Amino acid sequence: MIRFIVRRLGLMLLMLSGLVVITFLVSNVAPSDPAALAAGPDATPDMIATIRHEYGLDRPLPVQFLRYVAGLARGDLGHSIVTGHAVATDLATFLPATLELVLLGMLIAVALGMPLGMWAAVRRDRAVDHVARIFAVSGMALPEFWIGLLLLLVFSGWLGWLPIGGQLSIADAPPAPITGMVLVDALLHGRLALFWAALRHAILPAVVISLPALASVVRVNRAEMIEVLHADYITAARAHGVSRARIVGILALKNAMLPTLAMIGLRFGWMLGSTVLVETVFDWPGIGLYAVNSAVSSDFKPVMGTTLIIGVLFMVANLLVDLAYGLLDPRVREAGE
Amino acid sequence: MRAAAARAPRGRSLRRLRFVAWVVGRNPPTMLGLGLVAVFLLLAAIGPWIVPDARDAVGAMHLGSKLLPPSWAHWFGTDEMGDDILTRVVLATRTSLWVGLTITGIAIVVGTPLGIAAGYFGGRVRSVIMRATDMFLCVPGLVLALAIVAALGPGILHGVVALAIVWWPGYVRLIEAKALPLRGEPFVDAARTMGSSDLRILLTHILPNCVSPLVVKASMDMGMAILAAASLGFIGLGAKPPAPEWGAMISTARSYMPDSWWYSLFPGLFIFLTVLGFNLLGDGLRDILDPRSARG
Repeated sequence: MIRFIVRRLGLMLLMLSGLVVITFLVSNVAPSDPAALAAGPDATPDMIATIRHEYGLDRPLPVQFLRYVAGLARGDLGHSIVTGHAVATDLATFLPATLELVLLGMLIAVALGMPLGMWAAVRRDRAVDHVARIFAVSGMALPEFWIGLLLLLVFSGWLGWLPIGGQLSIADAPPAPITGMVLVDALLHGRLALFWAALRHAILPAVVISLPALASVVRVNRAEMIEVLHADYITAARAHGVSRARIVGILALKNAMLPTLAMIGLRFGWMLGSTVLVETVFDWPGIGLYAVNSAVSSDFKPVMGTTLIIGVLFMVANLLVDLAYGLLDPRVREAGE
Repeated sequence: MRAAAARAPRGRSLRRLRFVAWVVGRNPPTMLGLGLVAVFLLLAAIGPWIVPDARDAVGAMHLGSKLLPPSWAHWFGTDEMGDDILTRVVLATRTSLWVGLTITGIAIVVGTPLGIAAGYFGGRVRSVIMRATDMFLCVPGLVLALAIVAALGPGILHGVVALAIVWWPGYVRLIEAKALPLRGEPFVDAARTMGSSDLRILLTHILPNCVSPLVVKASMDMGMAILAAASLGFIGLGAKPPAPEWGAMISTARSYMPDSWWYSLFPGLFIFLTVLGFNLLGDGLRDILDPRSARG
């Protein structure tokens, strides 16, 4: 097991350095000149040259790369032109909101997807199954930004049941940050009304971000359940007169759950990716919206910083899934070694 | 004699075609997928000749008919320039299909040779190719594409380039997984013993065995690439108005919500149906071409 973990960590370091190289190249082969951007539209060539020298942009590429890596090692991701803050500070401010959204989305995907997948598997080829399969395919095809807008239209615009966007209304002062996640902090402070207000803001974006994952959970859990329900041990249990509820809900689910949970772990990274869209639609103050706003204003440093942080989170999530899988399934562990 | 020899394979391929038609016919989702894809291909082909007014796609202004709801004259309503949304949505089909085809095409052309080489040669070649692939897969594609477009500057061509850059690793993974087990197959050994060169083995023995999963993934990816390109358009980094593009249309439509609901509804519906069509078709193709992996 130790060898497995060490190997995985080594691979992750390798991938991380690859990602650093990629982000560096992307921001340096760009046709637009960062010095000219930072200097503003009215800058003279002299001013641009000064800024280029100041930022070290006139050095050879390898030197620039080393400085970039040295900066990263100190946690220096550069400065944002738009917010005027250090990118690392901005990311620390916006990351909790994103994590809150993604975790809530995962919760929805698992809580709804597993029972639906089970139900479809038990009622194979019946109406429920068809509905579940149609949903599983169409959930992947839904443009998240579009369905988000439609939900806003119906629930905020027409019905007026839910707020239009953001994390809290302007009238509600956010709770003093403990974790930075408004929902969690409101609970920790015992402010239930604020928690309720925050939940009403979070529900639509969380549902939208969960949709592709929900579709996958239904798909995988249904397939796994169908396979497991045909296994010999289930037939044996049935022959012994074990109740149907116990067979489906406990004996079969235990084995079908593992691939589903692994899948949702891997989905975590992809959900971080779709925050770029969902946070834009719902004005959710997370790193996705931060990256989009910066990208639209050609402010590279925040975009590259967000890419790096999402890459790291993505890799950590995949590593945890691998480790959990290796821990639970010795066959994986051996293959990994 | 020769005629008989020619007829035999043709009879076989006809039977095979009938068999495929039978399988597809028995599978309503696949039929639906095929139908949707056919409709959108048709729209892309004849769009300019069937829309009410093709000039609406190049920035014509009709100030008297701004933001009209759907009606008999404008089935999908009109936008803030007074342009017919049906016209713009139909004409954008060509852009989206072209975008999907280009991204998927580049990804296949780049990814397949790398995947085959990694799977067939194994060893150091495989480690180098696969590690490089992993680096691109360690961050969600859309985020990396966003970073690349931000650096290149907005525009649909840059969006296509960025998405192609993040798309090829998927093909390396797929083809490598298919080619790796083939390496030790008796027919490959036999070919090598008979003096076939590596290139010949790759082209005549390994590649044909990878075609089925390739076709399935390509069909699915057409849809997903169209969706990704529309997403970039929505963020504001893809196509620039007045050129009609579904994602960019929805992005503009946001400012006219909730009153002009039709403005964002119809472009999104077209994205959804196109992507759904390619996904269902890919799913069905998998059932036909690659039944062993059809599970789930």
